[in-house]
Amino acid sequence: MAELDPVTLAVLQGRLEGIVDEMDATLFRSAFNPIIAEAHDASHGLYHPETGETLAQGRSGLPIFVGVMAFAVKAVIDKVAADGGLEDGDVFIFNDPYEGGTHLSDFKLVRPFFRDGRLFCYLASVGHWHDVGGNVPGNYNPVATESFQEGMLIPPVKLYAAGVFRRDVLDILSANSRLPGSLYGDLNGQINALEIGARRLGGLLDEQGEARIEAAFHELKARAGRLMRSYIAELPDGTYRAEDWLDNDGIRDEPLRIALAIGIAGEEMTLDFTGTAAACAGPVNISRSTAIASCYVALKHVFREVPANAGVLAPIRFEIPETSLLSAGAPKPVGGYTETILRIIDLVFVALAQAAPERVNGCAYGTINALSMAGHRADGRRWVLFSFFGGGHGGHPEGDGLNHGNAPISTATIPPLEILEAAYPVRFRQWALRPDSGGPGRNRGGLGAVYEIELLEEDCEAFLFGERGRFAPPGVEGGGPGALNRFEWENDAGPRTPDMASKTVDIRLRRGQAVRLETPGGGGYGRARARAPAAVAEDVRLGYVTAEAARRDYACVVDGEGRLDDAATAALRAEAEL
Amino acid sequence: MSAIIGVDVGGTFTDLFLLDEASGTTTVAKVPTSRPDQSQGVVEGIAATGAALGDVATVVHGTTVGTNALLERKGARAGLITTAGFRDVLEMRRRDRPETWGLWGGFVPAIPRDLRLEVAERVLADGTVATPVDLDAVRAAARELLARGAEAVCVFFVNAYANDENERLAADAVAEVWPNAHVTRASRILNEIREFERGSTAALNAYLQPVLGRYLESLGQALEQGGFGGELLIVQSNGGVMAAAEARRLPVRTALSGPAAGVIAATHIARAAGFENVITCDMGGTSFDVSLVVEGASAEAPQTEIDFGLVIRSPMIEITTISAGGGSIARVDRGGILRIGPDSAGSDPGPVCYAQGNDKPTVTDANVVMGRINADQPIGGRASLDVAAARRAIEREVGEPLGLDVMAAAEAIVRVANASMAGALRLVSVERGHDPKDFALMPFGGGGALHVGALIDEVGLARALVPRYPGITSALGCVVADMRVDYVSSLVAPLDGLDVARLDGEMVALSKRGRAALARAGVALDGVEDHFQLDMLYQGQTHTIAVPLDLTVGDAGTGVDENIVRTAFEAAYERAYGRLLSGLPIRVMNLRVWVVGRRPRFDPKLLAPAGLGGAEPLALRPVWVGGGWTETPVFDRLALPVGTRIPGPAVLEQADTTIFVEAGHEGRVDGFGNLVVAAKEAP
Repeated sequence: MAELDPVTLAVLQGRLEGIVDEMDATLFRSAFNPIIAEAHDASHGLYHPETGETLAQGRSGLPIFVGVMAFAVKAVIDKVAADGGLEDGDVFIFNDPYEGGTHLSDFKLVRPFFRDGRLFCYLASVGHWHDVGGNVPGNYNPVATESFQEGMLIPPVKLYAAGVFRRDVLDILSANSRLPGSLYGDLNGQINALEIGARRLGGLLDEQGEARIEAAFHELKARAGRLMRSYIAELPDGTYRAEDWLDNDGIRDEPLRIALAIGIAGEEMTLDFTGTAAACAGPVNISRSTAIASCYVALKHVFREVPANAGVLAPIRFEIPETSLLSAGAPKPVGGYTETILRIIDLVFVALAQAAPERVNGCAYGTINALSMAGHRADGRRWVLFSFFGGGHGGHPEGDGLNHGNAPISTATIPPLEILEAAYPVRFRQWALRPDSGGPGRNRGGLGAVYEIELLEEDCEAFLFGERGRFAPPGVEGGGPGALNRFEWENDAGPRTPDMASKTVDIRLRRGQAVRLETPGGGGYGRARARAPAAVAEDVRLGYVTAEAARRDYACVVDGEGRLDDAATAALRAEAEL
Repeated sequence: MSAIIGVDVGGTFTDLFLLDEASGTTTVAKVPTSRPDQSQGVVEGIAATGAALGDVATVVHGTTVGTNALLERKGARAGLITTAGFRDVLEMRRRDRPETWGLWGGFVPAIPRDLRLEVAERVLADGTVATPVDLDAVRAAARELLARGAEAVCVFFVNAYANDENERLAADAVAEVWPNAHVTRASRILNEIREFERGSTAALNAYLQPVLGRYLESLGQALEQGGFGGELLIVQSNGGVMAAAEARRLPVRTALSGPAAGVIAATHIARAAGFENVITCDMGGTSFDVSLVVEGASAEAPQTEIDFGLVIRSPMIEITTISAGGGSIARVDRGGILRIGPDSAGSDPGPVCYAQGNDKPTVTDANVVMGRINADQPIGGRASLDVAAARRAIEREVGEPLGLDVMAAAEAIVRVANASMAGALRLVSVERGHDPKDFALMPFGGGGALHVGALIDEVGLARALVPRYPGITSALGCVVADMRVDYVSSLVAPLDGLDVARLDGEMVALSKRGRAALARAGVALDGVEDHFQLDMLYQGQTHTIAVPLDLTVGDAGTGVDENIVRTAFEAAYERAYGRLLSGLPIRVMNLRVWVVGRRPRFDPKLLAPAGLGGAEPLALRPVWVGGGWTETPVFDRLALPVGTRIPGPAVLEQADTTIFVEAGHEGRVDGFGNLVVAAKEAP
């Protein structure tokens, strides 16, 4: 293998990242559906020709895919190993979540890259398609008990065979979607991204030669491993445990435990999920590859400098019980995978906070809140409003949590309410921050939001897939939890709330009735009583915290205008210390 | 009354460029920026050009007053009056976060929550008034904001892009009780769908109005006291200029005033020198800013984020920024990879060699250690630089961890910095489908000229063009920029059955409004042009594409019809994506109109060296080139006569920059005084 000096290595790393970044940008620009175009629910990378390990990954792709795509490429490698017949110009397509991770909405395209007749590496693209069939538009079916109810499942098949496009495959895909036009647009965007990536990689190889680039891949992986080991080595040896619960699986109203023990021994880390609930009937199962990918996302939020390649996971061992809901196989429903991986990320934060509180933040709001409202207009046209909603981020060592942020697994933005109102027969009554939703703490959790949406047409159906309705996002270092997720809707008999806390189908609204979603804030960081009274008073003045909560959670006596009563506060805090 | 003065006020220096049209002469000057009142520095700078203010017809000003107020959160105490239920739109943003990795970000809105008041009113997406505005509540809210100390106010209602009736009535009611002119009405600033982007732009306008207003007032007074009786014009972020009165009304349009002027100047200089395709680069203390000019037109961006969550949506020169400046800190990460930035020593404390307390090596330190920068006479009027300290820092922080000696480590820093700058150049050229061989790289500001040689090689650009006065490019841009006013109006309608009469009416009305605004400024113009553009997409898409309409306003309107719009859309879509999506319905989202007043051109030949200086080197200096010390000739750049050819390696010095001509390159002084750097022709 060619020797590379560290300077050339730094230069080549930048060039490789530039290539995958350009693949991301190509798809974001040309995709049809807003989940890719606006919310950037997609990712691209270069992968090892034999193991499928990540060699380089785009910086702007969805964080969760950064971990999961290696498994998707491996699925193609396994198929080729079994069936043979890999040719230059092939492109595989599939969405099997048990092999390739995440859920059915995410379509993966994998393209072998040949150099002088030899397989050099794989390029891959993944994007969240708007509709892939199944029982509900948008595929977040809260009551699915088998993946067949969630959408079509396509195993790895060739979309291009030796450079020839297979129209029959496209026909199958199109026939199984409610939105074939959107599907076609997104598919083309992904093909373009792979094409750009192949062209740029070819150019780089022409310029640098294969040996140097292979050496760079090898060395970058080794260095990523070294980097991760150095971080782990700084953590005190020991076992750090945390547990948390999902509200329920949408089918049976029982909490589902997820347990994590992080073991640190020298430069190695074990993530052990023993004690986690068994695979469940409803759609909050995830595959093993998704579980590993979500751990990667959590670690990268804590150790930001670690690069996006396979080396990072080298010093880490996973114990994921095969019967648990974190290691599900077909046809267990996995449509709500986002809720489970958000819980895993929170567990990593809570466990690591015991080892390295200076590196960790309180948990974020922890639920995607997929809300769908759908019906027909007076002229018979069908409409489907489908969106995810935001909440607060956790307090952190440097300050209060961000108000109304996006989920840690994504960088998605929310559509403007004016765009939603222009596209669908609804009006928002409220789009606001939710007071008292941030977890109390020395550094307070950020605020969640209140969205209230009224129907302007004759009638519609709605469903919600959410979490954290019964188990709030925890704080760390003594910080308190954020507020619970809350959902209600109006019907003729008055306000209703879901039986399953944050999961419900079969909501029917009539003109003038509304749904109201109140999302969690983030968990606090540090003890609330350690928060400066002046900061609490300022929170009351700005309406982030009510005077009652200031007294209850922070032991601060503040009037409604935000004026602090120093003496009363001192007395109350002294009393609270007793 | 024939002189035009361009003034660019930067963080450290105020640069001036004077053009005397009668005598055909130009003068440049550089004075320290005055603080806190920058207008004193401007007046002193004008005096330093030797001009009498009474003889100056026009002062064109690129200002960072707005930018700095935003970055430092030092705008005015401003209030917001908005639709009931929506006062937090500004603070909730589009549900994002500052960084992809790490959840530690925060956001402080420009208008705090207690100064955001709600009133009963509601307009629906189709323009229907569901709830008429409660004007008594509006007046009460305005009084309440005044009582809480607000100096400016923004009236921002949901869906006002579709019908501004409620918002207009409310703004009028506020104006009745508001004691000054700082009343911003959101849909008047930006009449476009998307509440956060519109609200943010308008709120930031209110936030800046008192600040820019005070500054322009004090500048106007200072100029007047000096006998100035001409026009004061301000450069906008889109590179066009506007009257000072307009700037006081629309301060948010000055957010990128200074850099935009630089790009305009670069475009003008390069075009005169025969290059229509240019990438400009400005290497400052902490960042490297790149802009693209294709066929003489600078690329525009529809919006920018000045800082996390501070979104301004109005057309502006597109500037791509990466963290790689002279002050960017070099370090070796735990994996053993050399990284440059994003941490920066900026200009204070600055590089190690400034000896102001920073001990982390920077890109500038590497240049100093390699002898590329003159340590005894650095630019910017500093005393000599501490080379030994820079060497020690590079050795300790980079050399030892990588097992390199100090010179190899310095070279490595420059190489990795060049690689990351090259990435930014590729992003705007190769990745946009342009062939780098068609482009010239033009540095402005003080820092870039040391690196352009390596950058053209790395990216495959044809040549670099170093303007005669890189340090005052923005001031020069002020003098050549055209007048411009911009409008947008949201249509949000299918193309099939488009109400073309309404579209035509809007086009004519906005053109008239723009022409009237230009006329009010009273500036001599060579001509006025209207530009029309639609934002369009296929139904179901999210991102629009810009569709230029090549139409002019005649007696019977513009003559626009559905067919013209469709043809223009299909041409634009095909250009962007290579194919059409036949059969899908097409939608028209926004109409954009801008009216440009062409200002008289000045001939860049005026910048050419006047006399015949010497082409002999001032001295020989050891410079680290390609792994060894080379006795390298050092030239006085401004003294070089037209036509001089300087083979690399060579160092060219002038007061505001240092140019390094790489071995293998040759620099040539063209007829305008530019230095054109390209590969030596094969012998």
